[in-house]
Amino acid sequence: MTPYVPGDSPVHRCPPGRKILLLVGAGSVLFAWPRLDLALAALGLAGLLYGMAGIPARLVLDQLRPLAWILAVLVLVQVALDGWLAGLLVAARLAALVLLAGLVTLTTRSADLIEALQRGLAWLRFVGVNPAKVGLAIALTLRFIPVLAAIAAEVREAQRARGLERSLVALTVPVVVRMLKMSDDIAAAIDARSYDPDGTDGRPPSPRTRLSKDPHVDP
Amino acid sequence: MIEIRQVGHAFGERTVLRDLTLDLSERRIAVVGANGSGKSTFARLLNGLLVPNSGTVRVDGLDTRRDGKAVRRKVGFVFQNPDNQIVLPVVAEDLAFGLKNLGLPKDEIGRRVDEALDRYDLRPLRDHPAHLLSGGQKQLLAIAGVLAMAPEAIVFDEPTTLLDLRNKRRIAQAIDALPQRAIVVSHDLAFLEHFDRVLVFEDGRVAIDDRPAVALPAYVAMMS
Repeated sequence: MTPYVPGDSPVHRCPPGRKILLLVGAGSVLFAWPRLDLALAALGLAGLLYGMAGIPARLVLDQLRPLAWILAVLVLVQVALDGWLAGLLVAARLAALVLLAGLVTLTTRSADLIEALQRGLAWLRFVGVNPAKVGLAIALTLRFIPVLAAIAAEVREAQRARGLERSLVALTVPVVVRMLKMSDDIAAAIDARSYDPDGTDGRPPSPRTRLSKDPHVDP
Repeated sequence: MIEIRQVGHAFGERTVLRDLTLDLSERRIAVVGANGSGKSTFARLLNGLLVPNSGTVRVDGLDTRRDGKAVRRKVGFVFQNPDNQIVLPVVAEDLAFGLKNLGLPKDEIGRRVDEALDRYDLRPLRDHPAHLLSGGQKQLLAIAGVLAMAPEAIVFDEPTTLLDLRNKRRIAQAIDALPQRAIVVSHDLAFLEHFDRVLVFEDGRVAIDDRPAVALPAYVAMMS
């Protein structure tokens, strides 16, 4: 996830819920009316908002870099099938949406974003889902993506040292085992910091913790 | 005061703690022992993360079996690997996580977060992604996250094991400076020399319970 860039611009001050709604709105408009002028206007608007938020150009490019290959393939296919205007429309629309989504995460603290999502998902209570747990799940996903990437890189390096770089099993088994062990520790850490989404005072630790194995024995 | 009465615990068929009865009231208590001797399981019993199969653990009269949440408010826990303890993606947000769970008002959360950031020189890293911190900074953040919740005691499960020498010293100094009671599971014997009491675990039992000057040499002799 793109890191938050601190600031006090109007884009930073805009409430997270409103930012998410505007992003959804922009996406809907761009896909409901596939017009090049609208897509280019959205791209221009994204540029304007990045400038207003004082986001460095390097971070703007960082938003687009992971998408470069997909974008190139999509544009080539569109150009081949429907001509260069269609290719330009696809490129402008996708780039505008990625930049606008990136702007939301660059200008909003993840805790505020999660809080807004939790409020927006309050209706889930009626179908028996606790929005606080959904919020925590999103937060944990954001937090542990880089940790899992680091574990995978570590295991890959260790297996390469043993000449097993081409073995999928040699890579996935240790990663999965470490993830399972880690999930036990994370559940215990969350319990240790008084997490209580249901407000049930005096409850025992979460079932995950109670069922956890010996802290020194890998699952 | 933590009172442990006839506590036994097993994971499946493997018994890890056997008939422990102890009172813990000293300001600095060390727990040492070989791998698999029951230290970490013992540590997890002290703030109710684990409930023993038999016997009772009471913290200031609160039973960890019945009053788990209240016990965890009194006794904080710092894990060996800070990567598994830092829950939210950004430093200040993670510090606020436990405080929000306590239901504190927003301005009090902000005050305590600022205080914790200042105490461990983490203020410049306030909006920094947690995964980009160094090992020592992560462990300091983990300690700060627990400390901000103002527990009366903190249990540390091998807090310096994954750190280099400089960071080991930094964390040891941070623990030394704590006003709270600290119960520290560690293999770093030099760090434990000035503690008030040392419990040496062996095969799920406390084999030695004494001052460091007596217990640590006896433990070294036991290991050799």
